[in-house]
Amino acid sequence: MDNSLRSYEKELNLEATELRLGLPGSDQKRSIVRTKKRSSPEACEELECMSKGNVNSNGSDVTSDHDQDNVEPPKKARVVGWPPIRSYRKNNLQQKKGQEGEGEGAGMYVKVSMAGAPYLRKIDLKFYKSYPELLKTLENMFKCTFGEYSEREGYNGSEYAPTYEDKDGDWMLVGDVPWNMFVSSCKRLRIMKGSEAKGLGCL
Amino acid sequence: MEESSAKAEQVLENVLETVLHFLTSRRDRNAASLVCKSWYRAEALTRSDLFIGNCYAVSPRRATGRFPCLRSLNIKGKPRFADFDLMPPDWGAHFSPWAEALAQSYPSSLRSLHLKRMSLTDGDLTLLSHSLPLFQDLLLTSSEGFTTAGLAALASNCALLRVLDLVECLVHVHDDVVDWISSFPDTHEHTRLESLVFDCVDCPVNFDALERLVARSPSLRRLRLNRYVSMAQLHRLMHRAPHLTHLGTGSFSASELDPEPDYASAFAASKSLVCLSGFREIWPEHLPAIFPACANLVSLNFSYADINADQLKSVIRHCHKLQTFWVLDSVCDEGLQAVAETCKDLRELRVFPVNAREEIEGPVSEVGFEAISRGCRKLQSILFFCQRMTNAAVVAMSNNCPDLVVFRLCIIGRYRPDAETQEPMDEGFGAIVMNCKKLTRLAVSGLLTDRAFGYIGTYGKLIRTLSVAFAGDTDLGLKYVLEGCPNLQKLEIRDSPFGDGALRSGLHHFYNMRFLWMSSCKLTRQACQEVAQTLPHLVLEVINSEEHKADDIGILYMYRSLDRPRDDAPKVVTILH
Repeated sequence: MDNSLRSYEKELNLEATELRLGLPGSDQKRSIVRTKKRSSPEACEELECMSKGNVNSNGSDVTSDHDQDNVEPPKKARVVGWPPIRSYRKNNLQQKKGQEGEGEGAGMYVKVSMAGAPYLRKIDLKFYKSYPELLKTLENMFKCTFGEYSEREGYNGSEYAPTYEDKDGDWMLVGDVPWNMFVSSCKRLRIMKGSEAKGLGCL
Repeated sequence: MEESSAKAEQVLENVLETVLHFLTSRRDRNAASLVCKSWYRAEALTRSDLFIGNCYAVSPRRATGRFPCLRSLNIKGKPRFADFDLMPPDWGAHFSPWAEALAQSYPSSLRSLHLKRMSLTDGDLTLLSHSLPLFQDLLLTSSEGFTTAGLAALASNCALLRVLDLVECLVHVHDDVVDWISSFPDTHEHTRLESLVFDCVDCPVNFDALERLVARSPSLRRLRLNRYVSMAQLHRLMHRAPHLTHLGTGSFSASELDPEPDYASAFAASKSLVCLSGFREIWPEHLPAIFPACANLVSLNFSYADINADQLKSVIRHCHKLQTFWVLDSVCDEGLQAVAETCKDLRELRVFPVNAREEIEGPVSEVGFEAISRGCRKLQSILFFCQRMTNAAVVAMSNNCPDLVVFRLCIIGRYRPDAETQEPMDEGFGAIVMNCKKLTRLAVSGLLTDRAFGYIGTYGKLIRTLSVAFAGDTDLGLKYVLEGCPNLQKLEIRDSPFGDGALRSGLHHFYNMRFLWMSSCKLTRQACQEVAQTLPHLVLEVINSEEHKADDIGILYMYRSLDRPRDDAPKVVTILH
């Protein structure tokens, strides 16, 4: 909570409108720099950009509280070897971050499971253009029927109903939201028994 | 008269040698070797396991000359900060001179080799595979320079190969990848393989050959696959090797669209599994497959698995026996709280950041940290990366977890104070050294003044390894440590304002240390020269980049050595004398 307050203050840019004694253009705070000399050029660059809530050797605060907002170094300046994470580990995580979903180019694979079936299937949502196409495929894949979809009653009357888990972790009935919204928020599909699916609806 | 006393001496020596055979601790052996010349000789003849903490502390010739009958050798090369790209890539720690010496001196005795942060070539591995017919165990950690060709040589030639463990190595896989798995002799005979760890060999493997290899390795207990092995393939391997104790799951994702086998039953059938790792490209929906194995798990490594709190909770609530747990901070404080609730036996925890940026809020904080301290009272070792921390939480851990031996806290934001009080983090780390009386390894971070180092010097009497970055105010900080910590062996400092006066205050102690690393501090060349002259058995390596003025010290890497300074240093390294 503290941090959001600080970032709000940053947005207001109170510093720019602050009334102070002193010549315009002189920013006293910026000249208070850590006295620790460092020999690496990148570090020196950061020193000039940073103004920090700092403690000198007497233990007292040199700058005002307001400076606490500017403790973080500028995002651009990066220090070699910091934080101390092995390049082996960094490379491995970067590889993963480069993959969206199942990593097969622009495919959007989602798992499809069915109540009672031991096997899971996977489909590429990007392959389909509309709900009818998707539902037909699912019906063929799992040898079941969904019946007619109505906004009010869902897939009432059929033994099975297609549902999906969205980005927020909620289970929704397939068809409740516009197709594009569905494709972008669907994490996985599950074919539930009609009775199970009754509890769902537009959440 | 003379003859009988010579005989008596011989008997005594025989007795001594027999007794010394039972002495395994290297500290005890080192002490025994100092008693007198005959004890020195007897100890040298009977030492079978040799540990060399710094490959440049002693020459291969001296080591092989003193110890004629080695069965196992453990050598460490580069200092740890080399892992973070702080050293030039060709700095050294070349294994070749050692390979040649070993091939010559121990053809009928050497069985086991463990190398850490060394630079090996395919030629080295090939030489070993041809020269050491009894060779069984190779463990390479954080090493580099070799390729799949070297692995193929080992596989082909080492008939007795029992352990081939490659941990976090950089294996060059871009040109001419060799199908090394197929190089294991493909006969109907069983292999002796007990452990095969290759998760860092980042290229596809011949799965059929791998499956056949596993099928004919009845002693195989540890298998860690790389990310090119899919879940379906993992399933087949687990079926072939149901007695595995340690499993690295490879990618833990499926790439086929076909129906998938029942993974959970494979995990249920592997009743001996105690250690799980891998999950290199995890599809979290597969997680329930490991549930049947969780109750037996002693060690779980999720540190490559980007999973959230709920996903972690579903697994961790089964893991009552867990003692070692590595994880990404993507599980958030909530995930850590779940760990604290279930894993009452936890000894080692490592929390790595998914996103190592300094200015973000971060998913883990003092909240999760303190929860761990309250729930996991037996904690001995912690490595914790975070973007925010408080002294109160660190103090709490110092009180809740008195058994801590290793405490490594990395607050990613440099100079970051206590997130609540804005105070320096001195009191927190002070409490750790004060209350954790068994502490031998400490890494500090956040905003720290000389006061923190005062605490370390006063209370950190057992500390052997200390890691410091962006901390301290004056020379006093380093002085407190060098004067106060008699057991200090390894000291690595970067970007801290410690200078010549501080360096001089350690003169009485430097011969007792394995190394001192100081980079981007305030040392001058002159002071370093003085130290080199005062202590002739110290090697002072200075590594400067072009921007450094001649008098500045970019990196000082200093270590004791029994032999002359090395002659294999690259141009950027200057050795002072």
